[in-house]
Amino acid sequence: MITTKNRVAQLFENHDDSSKIMSLFLTAGYPDVESCVDLILGFDKNGVDMVELGMPFSDPLADGPTIQYSSNVAIEQGITMEKILDIVKQVRKKSEIPIILMGYINPVIKYGIERFCQEASKVGVDGLIIPDIPIEESGIMTKEAEQHNLPIIYLVAPNTSDERMRNIDEQSQGFVYCVSVTGVTGAREGEEVAQSVQRFIDRVKTNISQNPKMVGFGIKSHEDAQKIAADMDGFIVGSALIDTIRENYPKKGWKDEVFAFVRTLKYGTE
Amino acid sequence: MKYDLPTKEGYFGNFGGKFVPEILIPVLEELEEAYNEAWHDNSFLKEYSSLLNEYVGRPTKLTYANRLTEYYGKAKIYLKREDLCHTGAHKINNAIGQILLARRMGKDRIIAETGAGQHGVATATACAKFGVDCIVYMGAEDMERQKLNVERMRLLGTEVRSVTSGSQTLKDATNEAIRDWVTNVEDTFYIIGSVVGPHPYPKMVRNFHRVIGDEIRSQLKEAEGQETPDHLLACVGGGSNAIGAFYPFIEDEEVKMYGLEAAGLGANTDETAATLTIGTPGVLHGSMSYLLHDTDGQIQLAHSISAGLDYPGIGPEHSYLHETKRVKYHSITDNEAMEGVKLLSETEGIIPALETAHAIAYLDELMPKTSEDEIVVLNCSGRGDKDMTTISKNL
Repeated sequence: MITTKNRVAQLFENHDDSSKIMSLFLTAGYPDVESCVDLILGFDKNGVDMVELGMPFSDPLADGPTIQYSSNVAIEQGITMEKILDIVKQVRKKSEIPIILMGYINPVIKYGIERFCQEASKVGVDGLIIPDIPIEESGIMTKEAEQHNLPIIYLVAPNTSDERMRNIDEQSQGFVYCVSVTGVTGAREGEEVAQSVQRFIDRVKTNISQNPKMVGFGIKSHEDAQKIAADMDGFIVGSALIDTIRENYPKKGWKDEVFAFVRTLKYGTE
Repeated sequence: MKYDLPTKEGYFGNFGGKFVPEILIPVLEELEEAYNEAWHDNSFLKEYSSLLNEYVGRPTKLTYANRLTEYYGKAKIYLKREDLCHTGAHKINNAIGQILLARRMGKDRIIAETGAGQHGVATATACAKFGVDCIVYMGAEDMERQKLNVERMRLLGTEVRSVTSGSQTLKDATNEAIRDWVTNVEDTFYIIGSVVGPHPYPKMVRNFHRVIGDEIRSQLKEAEGQETPDHLLACVGGGSNAIGAFYPFIEDEEVKMYGLEAAGLGANTDETAATLTIGTPGVLHGSMSYLLHDTDGQIQLAHSISAGLDYPGIGPEHSYLHETKRVKYHSITDNEAMEGVKLLSETEGIIPALETAHAIAYLDELMPKTSEDEIVVLNCSGRGDKDMTTISKNL
């Protein structure tokens, strides 16, 4: 049994309200396995509070072109569950940044749910987000996840009813992932997102009381994040990060460009 | 054996469920409610039945295949003629059912995915009939292989969107359709073309096709004085024509049922679509079922000479019927299917779809084990016009 407090829980507990918690989504194995370790360690030093490490899947049906692309690159380069878990293991030698594994259920089923939970916990994973496991299907892995002290984080969407939001809040651990738009992942224009999400955010505030609330999907700048996450505990950026990596990799100094983008996301341009 | 599946949660044993992003859950709940209500509403059933009769051309014939029967010299063979349906395949039964449901739910934008194009054509046809906007997602490679069906859909006023991601075939067309659905949940109805996808689709599509088995029962009674065949055969990709034929006979234990899936170049090669023969359980496109996937759980590309069977998954109910051994599933190679095309064309003057040819090919194995007093019914899921280019190349 793991007795140390979960890093995600600690993050929310120790966080002061002066800035929003920023979580970044990075596809495991993109742009390559070694760089992933360096990137996550760099994120830790550049203001990132939490990392969602994506487990690539051949058929990512809730993802837009950017994450589909990075997933394909990672799969073509031979990413495996062993390598994904090894990325976490390598990071853990030098960093305590909270790491959540995020991905579709099929690779987890194939790896073995019990084996996956056991090994993920052992290398220092702090939680799981499985977008194609809604609360109805949670039974497939709750027992194993609980046994290995792995919180499962569920999502709410703009069309989730008030009652369902409350149910999801009951079952989610760590935080609730609030999907700000109906659609797939991908960066969008800030105004478009900000205007359409206000009503959703208001409902989230009313119905989700037990867990911290993180908002994601469509955020690509510090300004977007400030607007959208104003009433939330933090925000999540994925596609915009992958786009930045894609634009710069493998040019000389590409990692510095990525870290500069990350700092701007968190702190803005001052 | 009492058969009352799926469960309320959409499970056939361990298979089925709703493995979808949160955004789709409210949509599936709304669909399920609307479907359950419609399926018990006489006015809906009356309209559906009337369209099946007057527009689709039902009941389709049950044809005694006398020369095919003579060829094997064993049991009597009957063909259930879904190839005689409007648009040339059973797919239209379901497309008509779902479009009626979409109208009832006030959804005025229809999306669908298609592999060989038969479901796309059926959906485009139903949309034209009701004057509804329709977008069909189709893999770029399939569009090239099935040009005729692309043209048919366009003539019917449907927009065919080329899918260039991934394998550029049905699997990726389905991913794109789901992405569209996730983005446009408010006004869009997704007409799924087989007994796959999240609950309630496998149940709903099955029920829209059960008319095939129901008709076999009454037509056989009239022709032979008995309601049940001894052997019932159908091809299986996703498995919609097969489940339509099988479902009304599941409780009749004396009926032996056979699902024939595509082995491609051989079930033990990489070029195959024999999901139940060599696959293992997993989750794709919203449900738990048997799949073709590699050791990392990445979905594998399926291959079959028939564009309608090269799908790496299968309907969850078939997975259940396979595990409970109620239906026996066998795989048929591309070459064997080609022999099936020739056999039916030459003995009965019926050019079958390459999908159907897989069921015909199995007669070689089945027929010697039958006796003259038995009856075999084979479901002809569609006609072979759409496959003529492939057939000519392989003759």
